Amino acid sequence: MKVLVPVKRVLDYNVKPRVKADGTGIDLANVKMSMNPFDEIAVEEAIRLKEKGVVTEIVVVSIGEPKAQDTLRTALAMGADRAILVTSDTKVEPLGVAKLLKAIADEEQPSLVILGKQAIDDDNNQTGQMLAALTGWGQGTFASKIEVEGDFVTVTREVDGGAETEKLKLPAIVTTDLRLNEPRYASLPNIMKAKSKPLATKTAADFGVDVSPRLTTLKVEEPAKRSAGVKVADVDELVGKLKALGVAK
Amino acid sequence: MSVLVWVEHDGTAVKDATLPTVTAAAKLGDVVLLVAGEGVSAAADAAAKIAGVAKVLVADEAALAHALPENVAPLVATLMADHDAFLVPATTNGKNIAPRVAALLDVMQISDILSVESADTFTRPIYAGNAIATVQSKDAKKVISVRGTAFEKAAAEGGSAPVEPVSGATDAGVSTYVGSEIATSERPELTSAKIIVSGGRALQNGENFHALIEPLADKLGAGVGASRAAVDAGYVPNDYQVGQTGKIVAPEVYIAVGISGAIQHLAGMKDSKTIIAINKDEDAPIFQVADIGLVGDLFKIVPELTSKL
Repeated sequence: MKVLVPVKRVLDYNVKPRVKADGTGIDLANVKMSMNPFDEIAVEEAIRLKEKGVVTEIVVVSIGEPKAQDTLRTALAMGADRAILVTSDTKVEPLGVAKLLKAIADEEQPSLVILGKQAIDDDNNQTGQMLAALTGWGQGTFASKIEVEGDFVTVTREVDGGAETEKLKLPAIVTTDLRLNEPRYASLPNIMKAKSKPLATKTAADFGVDVSPRLTTLKVEEPAKRSAGVKVADVDELVGKLKALGVAK
Repeated sequence: MSVLVWVEHDGTAVKDATLPTVTAAAKLGDVVLLVAGEGVSAAADAAAKIAGVAKVLVADEAALAHALPENVAPLVATLMADHDAFLVPATTNGKNIAPRVAALLDVMQISDILSVESADTFTRPIYAGNAIATVQSKDAKKVISVRGTAFEKAAAEGGSAPVEPVSGATDAGVSTYVGSEIATSERPELTSAKIIVSGGRALQNGENFHALIEPLADKLGAGVGASRAAVDAGYVPNDYQVGQTGKIVAPEVYIAVGISGAIQHLAGMKDSKTIIAINKDEDAPIFQVADIGLVGDLFKIVPELTSKL
């Protein structure tokens, strides 16, 4: 079976984001960009399913600026088979991404789509669920374990208070949580090999999907700064502070 | 404006997470609650008592058990013909259902709002809470998830809203619930605890976590949290995790023990009223947000602190 894995190029998770002085967004000039960490987990899971003989082909997709090609090459170096890059002049929101992925799913007919549970830039946590709605497929969100058996996928999900297991009919949508797996690093030979793997480039317009944004960002600000704290010298002083706060007697 | 709120419940009681969502909904218009599930009459009665609620819709059908989004979302999308906004608490269930509803309605969801600026304008955190975006929605209907710590809880008692049954839910036939493992704890629930004691990687193992963090928490009547490092290393279960990808908390007092304070952890707790850090590294980033810091060895400090309380 075929697996589709959408990946997003985002500000590297180790970089502290800086708000632009004019309040229009985050300064992304000359900062390190990487694959969204949850998407790495999605790619890894697809590869593991291929290694188990469950999956025959892994297609990775990225939607955004042409530089997203780097992110796709990373996924190819990890072990994906081919890539599709959909470029767009404007920023595409989760609803638009879901519509483009629906169009790609119609063409590619995957049995499984594995996405990250959220992108660490917009922190939306929407795209997988939206794609599931548009395709009418079952959704296994926040997955910490997935098992494909016959025409079904069993997904263990991280929920408030513990874990929950659901069985979904294939084709289905799965979104990854941190605990699903530990993504591998691409080796140098695989990075070289990835350069010759197929990468198709399309534009959002090719799919005839309206991706015009529904939300307008009026401004982006720094969160309120916390006032400077104090250091206490020992436990007695800390106990005194806790008593003053009324949390200890 | 009529606002439909999805009620998080366990069949009999309404979960606390619903109450701040009701407060956010009341800022937009008339609040109508939806209690969906199987055998939920007790939860519906409890929902009707929440202050400031105009009406409670009850959808009690087998297909709605376990809040499977494949079955819940189409029902909500149908009900939305009569409402202008759909709000959910930003819990795992809320996050699972709301985007599916939004796509069925062909609208963008606004995730995890911190404030209601006007009927179409909201603030929300982006980049792990390192920036706050003010966004305006052009969609006719709004679908919104609400960050519980950003709004006061509506009073759970005092209301007497009429309860009205709704039907029409069907099983989409694509998903089935198999089972769940819910961790039981005597301690206060993390997202509503007034005090939280959290442990990190520096505890070295699960035994130390139980031996040091839990007695301190119990002394203070606190909930117990953890950093991702502590969870990944297996010291405590996943649902203890506080952070961008775990739980977002904002207690009165947050005590971070042996937690360095990575961006992703701070995203989950930096709105706490008072932050106390205990760490042997005086340059640890946690001290940049801590109101009270104590530099030293947690293996000495924590037992001493527990005994002196």
